[in-house]
Amino acid sequence: MQEEILVLKKISKYFPGIKALDEVDFKIRAGEVHALVGENGAGKSTLVKILTGIYQPTLGSIYLNNKPITFPSPLYSQKAGISAIHQEAAMFPELSVVENIFMGHHIKRSEKGLLDWAKMKKETKELLDRLEMDIDVDIPVKNLSVAQRHMVEIAKALSMEARIVIMDEPTSALTLKEVEYLYRIIRKLRAQGRAIIFISHKFEEVFEIAEHYTVLRDGRLIGEGEIKETSPEEIIKMVAGRTLDKMFPKVEAKRGQIVLKVEGLSKSGVFKDISFELHEGEVLGFFGLVGAGRSEVMQTIFGIEAKEEGKIYINGKEVDIRNPHMAMTQGLAYIPEDRQLQGAILDMTIQDNITLPIIDKIGRFVFLNQPKEWEITEKYAKDIDIKASTWKQLVLSLSGGNQQKVVLAKWLATVPQILIMDEPTKGIDVGTKVAVHKIMSELANKGIAIILVSSELPEIMGMSDRIIVMHEGIITNSFDKEEANTEKIIKAATGSYQNNNLNIASNKE
Amino acid sequence: MNFIKRREFTLFILIIILILLITLRAPRFFTFSNFKDILDDTAILFMVTFAQMLVILTAGIDLSVASNIAFSGMSVALLNQHHPEVPIFVILLLSIMIGFIFGSFNGLLVAYGNIPPIITTLGTMSIYRGLVFVLSKGTWVSAHEMTDSFRYFPRVNILGISLLLIISFMVIIIFYIFLYYTRTGREIYGVGGNITAAQYVGINLKKIKYLVFALCGGICGLSGFLWVARYASAQSDSAIGFELQTVAACVIGGASITGGSGSVPGVFLGALFLGIIKNALPVIQVSPFWQMFIQGFIIIVAVIINTLMSQRSQQLIMKKREL
Repeated sequence: MQEEILVLKKISKYFPGIKALDEVDFKIRAGEVHALVGENGAGKSTLVKILTGIYQPTLGSIYLNNKPITFPSPLYSQKAGISAIHQEAAMFPELSVVENIFMGHHIKRSEKGLLDWAKMKKETKELLDRLEMDIDVDIPVKNLSVAQRHMVEIAKALSMEARIVIMDEPTSALTLKEVEYLYRIIRKLRAQGRAIIFISHKFEEVFEIAEHYTVLRDGRLIGEGEIKETSPEEIIKMVAGRTLDKMFPKVEAKRGQIVLKVEGLSKSGVFKDISFELHEGEVLGFFGLVGAGRSEVMQTIFGIEAKEEGKIYINGKEVDIRNPHMAMTQGLAYIPEDRQLQGAILDMTIQDNITLPIIDKIGRFVFLNQPKEWEITEKYAKDIDIKASTWKQLVLSLSGGNQQKVVLAKWLATVPQILIMDEPTKGIDVGTKVAVHKIMSELANKGIAIILVSSELPEIMGMSDRIIVMHEGIITNSFDKEEANTEKIIKAATGSYQNNNLNIASNKE
Repeated sequence: MNFIKRREFTLFILIIILILLITLRAPRFFTFSNFKDILDDTAILFMVTFAQMLVILTAGIDLSVASNIAFSGMSVALLNQHHPEVPIFVILLLSIMIGFIFGSFNGLLVAYGNIPPIITTLGTMSIYRGLVFVLSKGTWVSAHEMTDSFRYFPRVNILGISLLLIISFMVIIIFYIFLYYTRTGREIYGVGGNITAAQYVGINLKKIKYLVFALCGGICGLSGFLWVARYASAQSDSAIGFELQTVAACVIGGASITGGSGSVPGVFLGALFLGIIKNALPVIQVSPFWQMFIQGFIIIVAVIINTLMSQRSQQLIMKKREL
């Protein structure tokens, strides 16, 4: 067994009114993949921020190779060999791949000299070679796919000779094949003796890749140990602090008449000839790999993107939806994937957020109807269990998971006839996931037609009455709940899939 | 990088078209000496536009540049008037220093006082301009009150090129090297591109934010001296409205007002474009009453064309990637 390379002893981090971390111990050995698990708000991000020098711990000490150390700024943490691959938002979209890798530690020609771009380019190419990736190093990162961006982040960690690599939900936006590839890279890094802190909500992943785990809940250390000596059930129990209800509490709903019909919807270069029908009380799952064009189809139906060809019928009538407002008056609601960016207004209260889309319906003339607003907020916020001291609390002050619930509540409050949910449970913790699934099932039972776009196969299979599979902008197959199985769906989703973005040469190893 | 190059290319074509259109009406526009005049006229705009670009790259804006120019210009003009014995290089350094101090003040307020750049410089724009009036008591320093070496400094001719233009181009070259070949230069792009990411990679955000304003101020100081010397008069309302021209030149040149993008060649072309319009309108006998209107109109059209073109090439890239 290897030496412990990094040890955290009784680390606490207090924010006004909150103990984000409360005497947490954490240790990791070289050449180990260590899973850090917990619900949203459990303190994982705080721990990562302390390790990367963004936050300073209130109490406690950190030891690197048995020597006490502090990280007053990210620079110190980097110099100590710790590098984090953040979930998102940690790149420079306008700058090139080379630049993104070397920002903060550009190579100079001499100590006081100018930057050596040729050398940086060369090293970037070598790094990407090691990651079996073949992309133009001069293009801006915004033109890369999510998976490619992750690889660039990993390359950056390698360029800094990181001995401890933190990966914060690295797979959340990756396709199955890309995840496989990422695993291979992680194993490679491990074999080189690097320590990897792996943060994920998906327990399958944790059991696939990690040797060791640490579970946090409400800022406290709940458990840690060897993966091989535990089971997913046990970990889920630790994470949630209770045994969970069924993950997919879907009940059979009565299938009514067709409410939405899409015919030959096309947009050049994005999707082609999309046709389907959606019934009352039905959950229609849309599965596909990231980039299959599912979200784009939904955004076109909802009027965010202009359609080029095709017809949309709602309740048998052809409609021409040109903007989201028109879509909403037709009884459509669309919960976008990137909820934090597109969903909630952080500076407003929970109540104001939830009643925003329906404000003119419940008001009296031009005045607000506060009691009614409170009542509606109470109903939906309680339904999906938003944790807050009052509905007048600012959304800003809620944890990430609860912010997402606010957005969900907001759209539910519009009482839509057709509800499109784009990755509704991406990046949220198990408890909230089950709550969302439950709500979904109840809504369907009330006769609402639901489109569920998800990249999580268990969710699609567990929640949908029918499943449509897309691949590169085309519907490749569709299944009824009974006839669907993993193999068939994956086959349809990958089909003749050739990933031309990320050169995953699976035969290299 | 491909698409940024395209954007500069579009602007380049626009400039050529502009020149051709003007030449159709006024053939004498298309002469070597006229172009040299335009460059001379635009020399200060070039420098200050790049100073502005530094700030804009970090998603900021400096509205106080014109007031800064007026103050540093007035200071050295008064010094020259009352102490003609002070050598010119001292005046030059002093002017830069005054501008640098004013810029630093902006930088301190923004970086350490956490006041948004637009508010900070809106305030200091008035403060600095007010100080010009206080300093000059509303009077002018006119040509005959300046020494010859002061007045002729920008006009010193080296191999047929004015010293003003040489200084301006040196500033541009230094800028280019600074922005592309030094860590600090790249970190300026980083801070504007994604401030969170910049923090994560350990860039000192406060230092960068301070620095861009201080450097911007330094260049304004240099320009202040050159301005009063070139126009051979220091007035309390010198350079009024000039800050907006520098912002316009940056935007035409493709610098993103939200920070993080903008290239030296692009911004150079942006300033050149503006310089040509300013010089051409009188030449083609546009009524002075209409000149400002047309200037503004052309700026908007140029920005729209430029944005549309870059969006299109961006879409092409996305399409190529998706399928």
